Amino acid sequence: MASHAHGDNYINCEKGLWSWLTTVDHKRIGLLYMITVMTFFLIGGIMALLLRLELFAPNAVQGVGGVLKDGNVYNQVMTYHGAIMVFMVIIPGIPAILGNFFLPLQIGAKDVAFPRINLLSWYCLMAGATLALLTLFFNKVDTGWTFYTPYSIRTGASTVLMVLGAFIMGMSSILTGLNFIVTVHKLRAPGMTMHRMPLFVWALYATAIIQMLATPVLAITLLLLAAERLFGVGVFDPKLGGDPVLFQHFFWFYSHPAVYIMVIPAMGVVSELITTFSRKVIFGYTAIAYSSLGIAAVSFFVWGHHMFVSGQSETAGIVFSFLTMLVGVPTAIKMFNWVATMYKGSISFDTPMLYALGFLFLFAIGGVTGIMLATLPINVHFHDTYFVVSHFHYVMVGGTLMSLMGGFFYWFPKMFGKMYSDSMARMSFVFTFIGFNVTFFPQFILGAMGMPRRYFDYIPAFEQLNKISTVGSWLIGIGFVIALITIIQGLRKGEKAPANPWGSKTLEWTVQSPPPHHNFDVEPVVTGGPYEYR
Amino acid sequence: MSTDNTHAAGTAHVAHHFKDATQQYESGKQGIWLFMMTELLMFGAIFVAFAIYHRLYPEMFAEGSKTLDWKMGFTNTLVLIFSSFTMAISIAFIQKNEQKKAIFALATTILCGAVFMVIKYFEYMHKFHLGLFPGNFIDVAKIGAEHANIGMYFGFYYAMTGLHGIHVLVGMGLITWVMIRTIRGEFHSQYWIPVEGVGIFWHIVDLIWIFLFPLLYLVG
Repeated sequence: MASHAHGDNYINCEKGLWSWLTTVDHKRIGLLYMITVMTFFLIGGIMALLLRLELFAPNAVQGVGGVLKDGNVYNQVMTYHGAIMVFMVIIPGIPAILGNFFLPLQIGAKDVAFPRINLLSWYCLMAGATLALLTLFFNKVDTGWTFYTPYSIRTGASTVLMVLGAFIMGMSSILTGLNFIVTVHKLRAPGMTMHRMPLFVWALYATAIIQMLATPVLAITLLLLAAERLFGVGVFDPKLGGDPVLFQHFFWFYSHPAVYIMVIPAMGVVSELITTFSRKVIFGYTAIAYSSLGIAAVSFFVWGHHMFVSGQSETAGIVFSFLTMLVGVPTAIKMFNWVATMYKGSISFDTPMLYALGFLFLFAIGGVTGIMLATLPINVHFHDTYFVVSHFHYVMVGGTLMSLMGGFFYWFPKMFGKMYSDSMARMSFVFTFIGFNVTFFPQFILGAMGMPRRYFDYIPAFEQLNKISTVGSWLIGIGFVIALITIIQGLRKGEKAPANPWGSKTLEWTVQSPPPHHNFDVEPVVTGGPYEYR
Repeated sequence: MSTDNTHAAGTAHVAHHFKDATQQYESGKQGIWLFMMTELLMFGAIFVAFAIYHRLYPEMFAEGSKTLDWKMGFTNTLVLIFSSFTMAISIAFIQKNEQKKAIFALATTILCGAVFMVIKYFEYMHKFHLGLFPGNFIDVAKIGAEHANIGMYFGFYYAMTGLHGIHVLVGMGLITWVMIRTIRGEFHSQYWIPVEGVGIFWHIVDLIWIFLFPLLYLVG
């Protein structure tokens, strides 16, 4: 890339904090999201470490365990860990950071369809998060991130504030989804047909559909819960004739599709990484693209598997059990296609690829245990045990977070125009990957042994495995600290990145690193598919 | 695509990231409809809850609906339908560059919204006067209700009409905004997307009321 004059890219075209806070550039908004989400991830992560530290030993033996004052404090920390990680980290994570930055670039657009609404969505997240975290200064919420009634109606905590915060963060999610759908439909470059879009864009598109269809139901559910507390409308309150299980139905009608809001974009990132670092055209492009939509479609019919023991009818249980297993089909289609892509490819194990492989390994475990949990009789045994905790951490952390890190290290040179230290980044992968398995694999065993989730204490028989798990959490912590140092070092003294360090084929790598303010000096004309390696 | 400018031809208002006015118009319209879908889904869930409890406690809902004055509800229905008409013609006027008439139509729409809210206010005040509050605050013995859970009916009544009322207020604000912009001469036969968007929002708000009215007032 020829050297450009000063102020030729989106970072240095304008200066000052104000230019960032009022920007409508999708790339800058992506970075705003990145800073926000990283901050929340740090807070939520520290809480996770505290929880594990508390569980280092059974409370009967006061020692390193017992860092938290009592069970109530444990419940509160657990609630904030869950709420922060779900609403402020994983849901906005990949779509709002990487999606915002790269969706327009990958389809050859100058920006998303509604740049100002895009900025508004970031402010919504900030406002919602502020409201939710304000509760830390009042009566801390102890309901768990699911706000189950009737406890959430009765508890003395500031549930209303928290729930309104989540409502506003939901608006942020809706606005992002809306922007992506319209951008994909209306702003593609000439020649960029739907079937030439990179698979990351397909994944974001499927995610956006879920965001649009599911989030409004959460919105009304949370509003009704707030109304229940403030006015006692009676919808969820058994004392007034309402049904608390209806809350669970409504809540999971959003929150189960929401786990696909978290994981489908991760799958999109992995599709990009696998094909790039195998230097081979992706195997089964159409199948991967449509399986994203397939997962999105099925995701709306599986919420009942959260309620196998909540008193829903056996018939409903059997139907939901079957439908849940159906999710395994499009998911497996993706897995096999990724593996087939690597077959006879010339694979290079750069950091992003390591994370992608980590994703495949962990997500396979998370997925298969998901099928186990979908099985009605097995679920009755595993329900509300650490088996479930381990399962969804394998999917959410092992899947989404691995992929987010992989995608971040893949696109880092493009975003900032700098290279990071590859050896440092690999080290962060090794620590997170090993640490992750050390933390969460024992929890499968603990769950199978019957250790219930959400408890601040346990019987001495569970001590050994809990100790291992806690040690693992330190390894994860070290892994992320190394990643942070890698990023800061790369930003400060990284070498200048070329336009296309990995030899990728998608459009974002055809522009300079970092990209110019309006993305493309000349509108690209697309003449072929996204991954024409050979 | 670039030659098909029959919808909106002016180039002065095309934002930097759109190729032409048509692309901008189509994007805006798709965005508005998608947002309306989220509104319908949000109200949809509360309608589902209503349906479930209506099936569980049919007599209680019948008793509750008798306390509502269908004449007031019906008046409000007419007011809103009329306001939808004035909203729609305001867009037609702008498309024909008859801004004065458009401003008059928009002002009428705002006025209708205000009339709706005033009638709603009197309905609410009357209920409060009779002690018809939602669940926690209702004194079943005092009002002499047959069903112990009658408070839930009013929970639904206030939640549904309240959420709808907030939408009416937001709609009035949005119409005021496009009216001011029309007065400033920002909308004309070449550019009217925001007016049309606000119009679609207003129609959806009306539509929701048209479902709320029979469900709450008429279905026994």
